[in-house]
Amino acid sequence: MSSKTVEKLDRVVIRFAGDSGDGMQLTGDRFTSETAALGNDLSTLPNFPAEIRAPQGTLPGVSSFQLHFADHDVLTPGDAPDVLVAMNPAALKANLRDLPRGATIIANTDEFTKRNLGKVGYATNPLEDGSLESWHVHPVALTSITVEALASFDSLSRKDKERAKNMFALGLLSWMYHRPTTGTEAFLAKKFGSKPDILEANLTALRAGLNYGETTEDFAVSYEIAPAVMPAGTYRNITGNAALAYGLVTAAHRAGRPMLLGSYPITPASDILHTLSGLKRYGVTTLQAEDEIAGIGAALGASFGGWIGVTTTSGPGVALKSETIGLAVSLELPLVIVDVQRGGPSTGLPTKTEQSDLLQAMFGRNGESPVPIVAPQSPADCFDAALEAVRIATTYRTPVFVLSDGYLANGSEPWAVPSVADLPDLTVELATEPNATDDKGEPVFHPYLRDERTLARPWAVPGTPGLEHRIGGIEKADVTGNISYDPDNHDLMTRLRAGKVERVAETIGDLEVDDPSGEASVLVLGWGSTYGPIAAAVRSVRNTGAKVARAHLRHLNPFPSNTGEVLRRYDRVLVPEMNMGQLAMLLRAKYLVDVHSFTQVRGLPFTTVELADAIVGLAADATTSDDAGSAHTDQPVTSQGGHS
Amino acid sequence: MSTDLGMPSTGVPHGTAGVPRLAEDATRQTKKEFTSDQEVRWCPGCGDYAILAAVQGFLPDLGLKRENIVFVSGIGCSSRFPYYLDTYGMHSIHGRAPAIATGLATSREDLSVWVVTGDGDALSIGGNHLIHALRRNVNLTILLFNNQIYGLTKGQYSPTSEVGKVTKSTPMGSVDHPFNPVSLALGAEATFVARTMDSDRKHLTEILKAAAAHRGTSLVEIYQNCPIFNDGAFDLIKDRSEQEARIVHLADGERVQVGPEGDRQVLVRGEGGVMEFVPEAAAAGRDVVVHDTHAGDPTQAFALSRLDSPQMTHVPMGIFRDVVRPTYDDLVRAQVAAAVDTSGGVAGDADLDQLLRGRDTWTVA
Repeated sequence: MSSKTVEKLDRVVIRFAGDSGDGMQLTGDRFTSETAALGNDLSTLPNFPAEIRAPQGTLPGVSSFQLHFADHDVLTPGDAPDVLVAMNPAALKANLRDLPRGATIIANTDEFTKRNLGKVGYATNPLEDGSLESWHVHPVALTSITVEALASFDSLSRKDKERAKNMFALGLLSWMYHRPTTGTEAFLAKKFGSKPDILEANLTALRAGLNYGETTEDFAVSYEIAPAVMPAGTYRNITGNAALAYGLVTAAHRAGRPMLLGSYPITPASDILHTLSGLKRYGVTTLQAEDEIAGIGAALGASFGGWIGVTTTSGPGVALKSETIGLAVSLELPLVIVDVQRGGPSTGLPTKTEQSDLLQAMFGRNGESPVPIVAPQSPADCFDAALEAVRIATTYRTPVFVLSDGYLANGSEPWAVPSVADLPDLTVELATEPNATDDKGEPVFHPYLRDERTLARPWAVPGTPGLEHRIGGIEKADVTGNISYDPDNHDLMTRLRAGKVERVAETIGDLEVDDPSGEASVLVLGWGSTYGPIAAAVRSVRNTGAKVARAHLRHLNPFPSNTGEVLRRYDRVLVPEMNMGQLAMLLRAKYLVDVHSFTQVRGLPFTTVELADAIVGLAADATTSDDAGSAHTDQPVTSQGGHS
Repeated sequence: MSTDLGMPSTGVPHGTAGVPRLAEDATRQTKKEFTSDQEVRWCPGCGDYAILAAVQGFLPDLGLKRENIVFVSGIGCSSRFPYYLDTYGMHSIHGRAPAIATGLATSREDLSVWVVTGDGDALSIGGNHLIHALRRNVNLTILLFNNQIYGLTKGQYSPTSEVGKVTKSTPMGSVDHPFNPVSLALGAEATFVARTMDSDRKHLTEILKAAAAHRGTSLVEIYQNCPIFNDGAFDLIKDRSEQEARIVHLADGERVQVGPEGDRQVLVRGEGGVMEFVPEAAAAGRDVVVHDTHAGDPTQAFALSRLDSPQMTHVPMGIFRDVVRPTYDDLVRAQVAAAVDTSGGVAGDADLDQLLRGRDTWTVA
């Protein structure tokens, strides 16, 4: 490649930002794919508005895609971008506050018109008025150079030509970071195969971007990031929603049962429905229902029929499904409820992430209605979480929650693809024979006669002769399942249902603590998607020589059996959550341990820096305070919440 | 964009096609075999008893394996029905039985799936699921017990109660305009809609037979008396001296008429297509309405459903509509089968491995 300087870096964070219609998600996806193919570890954070096309050029219309890639293992999408690609003034304004001084800005000067500047309140052009002098600004006339590069495409309108500017930007960045473009070329060929002129225009724009970096003097340096050292295996890049969909299909396959997804479209869960609807060949039936309630109803109907019934939704949908989840608790049938959490309450922030449905999953039903909860910790881990949810649901004959969130759903990372045959055997035993005798010695079937180990009841599906029975939401008599209003029976059944869920703990293993020194006095305990940010923050604190322990809960109900013991082992426990302290409340209630809650609800994952600060702050407390445990009892650490 | 679903346009499978049957030479099942060991707990005199007896008596006629029959219900007096039948059954939650049954019927072609519901369950809290089951045409038979009152909650007005009805929740009379379940079903693109009555065992059984034979969602409205909270709601059409002049027995291919011979009224189309009953003698030369249950256009069936009035001057009974349309569950299964066929059969481990890997993998040694 030329006489230009090549520098080696260990990590880079790039953010592509533009108007919702500028194709930034696609550009980010392609750059990610190229990066994955090079063997870097990576993590991504798409961030887009709920509106499909907000007014052009405005702040609410800004869509961005952040990618963190490195020559070592990557835990988060990165706190702050090293490079911002700003396709218009709104994209610059919306993202500049996240950009550390000294970072690089590539701005599309064509869009910095008086009108567009005015739309976002710039009185003067920031590219020219000196206000960006602390950053490395590369002004590039992205649109007009792209149009010029496509001058010979007579069949295309100017608008069509302008649309290819994201490919020009991708080409330029690919040059800067030595990314191969063959994957993107193949992708474009597939996408635009039936429109040869559009295909050729996009390829031309991509190459023009590469050549621009190569030839223009403005870009003097390009960068290399060596592949990360990763465990041996076959890898692919995968988003949380795709991993969840694949996990469900694979689990049903390993269970030897067909699967029915009953679902109603809702952000950010809809992609799971889309993915599964294309997997009919793998034993999947999808049913787009008339509402959230019908979605879970259909799933429960299929469960009654012996299938793996699944419903996918987000927080508002869970609220609507609550009554049916309660029915499933009473019927004691397997059912998987996937909640891809988003900002709430009510419609809240549909495209932004939050972990605020934990208590809804735990308690959001009438009566004593315990439901196991599994939470994936990273996009690829959504696959394993889905398998675990199906395992618990079919083993214990219970509805199970999977609590994913918007960050995991749309974020992506490399995934070491497992071999299906090596995955756990989830084979299900259906009841086929009567399990008791009546007083005349005749064989009879008792639908609520429980397995001694799991307390699960038999799964006897229609079509099985001799096992005809009726189940329902009215309290049932122990063993026979007949309607019963007997006080003692209700007390017994309530305790049996609770005890059954508690027994799940026998098969989930202990809570593992990562405490390399064995001398830490502070434990950071998280759940779900905060895994990456917490691990990154703990790593950064340890790099300063401090000793910090870390643990992560995958099962939120029941907790691993040793959770209380782990909590009591440390002077201070920090519980970071993207809610107002829901796990902290559960831990305090169950274990009487004064955990310190650290919370934020900004619709975005924690940054490493803010978490590291919180850990350091608590660690300092732990070492300076003699009367450990009392000084801060009533003042849990709380984040400032807003950066404005 | 639409796709040819490749469904045959001719050949009408029976509603129970695909459900395992008893052997040809097997002894006929008995009503007793369909009776569970549970004590029936409806109020004395409730119309539900008669419907239960009719259903238990009819099910053996289907000749299906008992274990392949499922009754799903919602909440309300009628929804206790499944407990009393020795089949598989689910007493679910209020209004949701059609949704649950849709999932069951879609996943299990080998089951005969029945929904038992009431006017509150199906038309009020569960109205959405009912209309969507009907438009999808899932292979279900829905028995809608209409007693025009909320019984289990002890006597509030329902979506089929007449305006002005005084109930516990409407001491000054209800101001809610009711809707007509048959009109509603026809408007929701139902392929089979019929009406019958708890006290007419023969008619009820005939309708059950036709409903079970229909492939798709069959909606059967059953007028049912609640002796406690709305007693006598249907007396005008139960009274032998009144019913002949009021009940319009719908018969396919025959003119629509009411009343005894000698005092017969015939339905004709008047100016602007408006229907009216005229004395038989006056019908000559008029555009007499001939019932056609198989008409593709539901307009006439809908017009017949509008003959109803709170005064029950004329009450059509029988099958309003019975047309062929591919069922949702058959279409869904056909798509799955086509996907399996075109990709070389049911997916095994290797196929799944390939799916998980996707098109864009790299290997770390």
